Amino acid sequence: MEHLTKRYGTVQALDDVSVSVAAGRCLALVGESGSGKTTLLRCINRLADADGGRVLLDGRDVRDGDPVELRRAIGYVPQEGGLLPHWRVARNVALVPWLNADRDAGARARRALALVGLDPDAVSDRWPGELSGGQRQRVAVARALAGGQRLLLLDEPFGALDAITRHELQEMLLTLQTRGDVTIVLVTHDIGEALRLAHEVLVLRGGHAEQSASPAQLREAPATPYISELLLRSGVTG
Amino acid sequence: MTRLLAAVIAAALLLTPRDSAQRGIVPARRDSTVKHAASQPAGQRPVVIASKPFAESYVLAEMFAQLLESRDVPVVRRPGLGATEVAFAALRAGSIDVYPEYTGTGLLAILGHAPVHDPDSVFSLVQREFTSRFGVRWLPPLGFENTYAIAVRRNTARDDGLHTLTDVARVAPHLTAGFTPDFIGRSDGLPGLARSYGLHFAAVRPLEQALKYRALAAGTVDIVDGYSTDGAIARYGLVVLVDDRHFFPPYQAAALVSVRLQRDNPRAIAVLTELSGRLSVGFMRSLNERVEVQHEPVASVARDALRALGLVGTAATGAAMGAVTGAATAARAGTTTEVGPNTRAMSFGAFLWSRRAALASETLRHIVLVVVALAAGILVALPLGLWLERMRGAAEPVIRAVGVLQTIPSIALLAFMIPLFGIGVWPALVALWLYSLYPIVRSTFSGVRDADPNAVLAARALGMTPAQVLWHVRTPLAAPAIMAGVRTAAVITVGTATLAAFIGAGGLGEPIVTGLALDDTRLMLSGAIPAALLALIVDGVLALVERWATPAPLSAHWHRHRSPG
Repeated sequence: MEHLTKRYGTVQALDDVSVSVAAGRCLALVGESGSGKTTLLRCINRLADADGGRVLLDGRDVRDGDPVELRRAIGYVPQEGGLLPHWRVARNVALVPWLNADRDAGARARRALALVGLDPDAVSDRWPGELSGGQRQRVAVARALAGGQRLLLLDEPFGALDAITRHELQEMLLTLQTRGDVTIVLVTHDIGEALRLAHEVLVLRGGHAEQSASPAQLREAPATPYISELLLRSGVTG
Repeated sequence: MTRLLAAVIAAALLLTPRDSAQRGIVPARRDSTVKHAASQPAGQRPVVIASKPFAESYVLAEMFAQLLESRDVPVVRRPGLGATEVAFAALRAGSIDVYPEYTGTGLLAILGHAPVHDPDSVFSLVQREFTSRFGVRWLPPLGFENTYAIAVRRNTARDDGLHTLTDVARVAPHLTAGFTPDFIGRSDGLPGLARSYGLHFAAVRPLEQALKYRALAAGTVDIVDGYSTDGAIARYGLVVLVDDRHFFPPYQAAALVSVRLQRDNPRAIAVLTELSGRLSVGFMRSLNERVEVQHEPVASVARDALRALGLVGTAATGAAMGAVTGAATAARAGTTTEVGPNTRAMSFGAFLWSRRAALASETLRHIVLVVVALAAGILVALPLGLWLERMRGAAEPVIRAVGVLQTIPSIALLAFMIPLFGIGVWPALVALWLYSLYPIVRSTFSGVRDADPNAVLAARALGMTPAQVLWHVRTPLAAPAIMAGVRTAAVITVGTATLAAFIGAGGLGEPIVTGLALDDTRLMLSGAIPAALLALIVDGVLALVERWATPAPLSAHWHRHRSPG
């Protein structure tokens, strides 16, 4: 992402932000509400279009094509999971393969469910409303991967979960990362979560990039007092 | 989604057989009349006879009908079609051929002419003007005048020393008036009367024809308008105040006939003219009294009147005549509110049973009106609501415009339909259809707009096209809201369809309108109670459709019985 700028009316949501992530790695976007982290994420799959700058995916500008095609190639998990409540789990997970008219949609869905640590036989025929919060988020991650997506966008995916469940899902995400074939961009307000899961962390504040660094660098040399404060408050240092 | 779609298609399919069944009703009615006149030259179009919704008008129209039938002229009856505006509009549009009207009404309400006090001048004036302006003809007057009568209770007249309308002006600020909406609005009614006598009442309540005498007797109002031939004046012992300034012009009763009848059936006109000059005020009041006070069936009162005048059936032909009218009555039993003799002593249950055939056909007609109008409403409003979700900018203006239709009073909307669609089933269907749109389009639009934002966001982000989001996500999630709108529209339609009787569309409104006009509570209830039950049943059936069309996890029922594991 290069020099991204986005305004909503008079609000500068993103102000000349640049960051990159290597294939198979995990980038965390950290900040408070209104810091621009969600806007930045949405510029990637064009739920939002930047006013200036560009987003390159494998060297291609995401705006050089059909947004629907683009989105089918990118996994996405919103905070509450966003499962379709009137579709059973199996159909939810098979969404993208089905949109792609993939004949193996069912099999892909089952593989994706296994990947996120769920038993396909146990959950396939259930309604999203019958699952626990943690199970729902696992299904949402499975849905975001079932189409063979190589890039996964997660917007506060574990924000609404209790501490124990959140920890389990973070473990699941780390396990996924060990496969090395999925690039992840994670939005979180929890810098501890970012340090734990990501290879690269971008701290945003009021649309500005405060610091972009590896977890170790960030911990050892916070660039601004704001970041030190964040680290302190989350109990990661001090 | 597929279920919701299926529900809509099922409703549309329902429409088809119902619609043809409904078409079957009207010819059946004509067939029976035509069959009765089988000896007639083939191809004779029946004469369509209407009346305004009050007893005298019913009696006169029925006398026209029986007289024509006795001369082998086929007729179709449209009793109680509507007030002056509706009946006259229907006559001009050619939907009806003849109805009884009053010269004063023609002069003041229809022509908007200044009052004229000489009866002969009024008649020649309206005859000339109606012929040249509307191509509508007044037959020579029937013989009696039925002018406005302003009446009070006997004790009011005594206590306040009221004899004339000039006396009333003195005490008017202490009186509450109950006038028909017709009278309140017409230049020859209250506005002119108040000006002429300087009347200022404490309050003026618009009351229906039949209700106002009851309200007067009950003391709810102190003064009412009526007609000089009203049977109720005698029944309630009312005092009619003298029009000492001669404000009310002469209201001679006469048959008003369409241009088409003059052209196509001069013989029918000749037959109707046999009644001219034959009816005296006293004779007419006695006929009205039999209908209004004794609750005798209109058909038998009219038959007796024609016999008394020697226009039908001497003793020798009387039996044949009786058989003919009997057959005609039986033929009409399916579609009119005519009731047989001896109904007064019956229990309400027995009364309902006695008119079961009419009730069944009225109910069927009512269901047809509701189902067809509602199905057409769904077919337009549902896609419109979905389309507006995509055109957010247009949504509010469009929905408000549809909402404005809802604010048009039903009777007014029905009256607007007459110049466009004539009378009968079509204008009623169009009016009911217009009323059904708003609740459906509003609830469809809000339902799809407010569908679970997280699910919509995820569906979009994972690559559904806007159309796929609408069809696979927003619409099924909106199903409960859409069905709520359909149920609201259905209940409104069942209720409003009772008013369709005012423009000759039949249905359960027919006994209500006739009952109101004839002050017959049982007849009114025989329409009102089934209509209320029908509303409950329709709502119940749609509740089942809702459960079936709503995706299981979205129903309230489902949530009560399962909790997230």
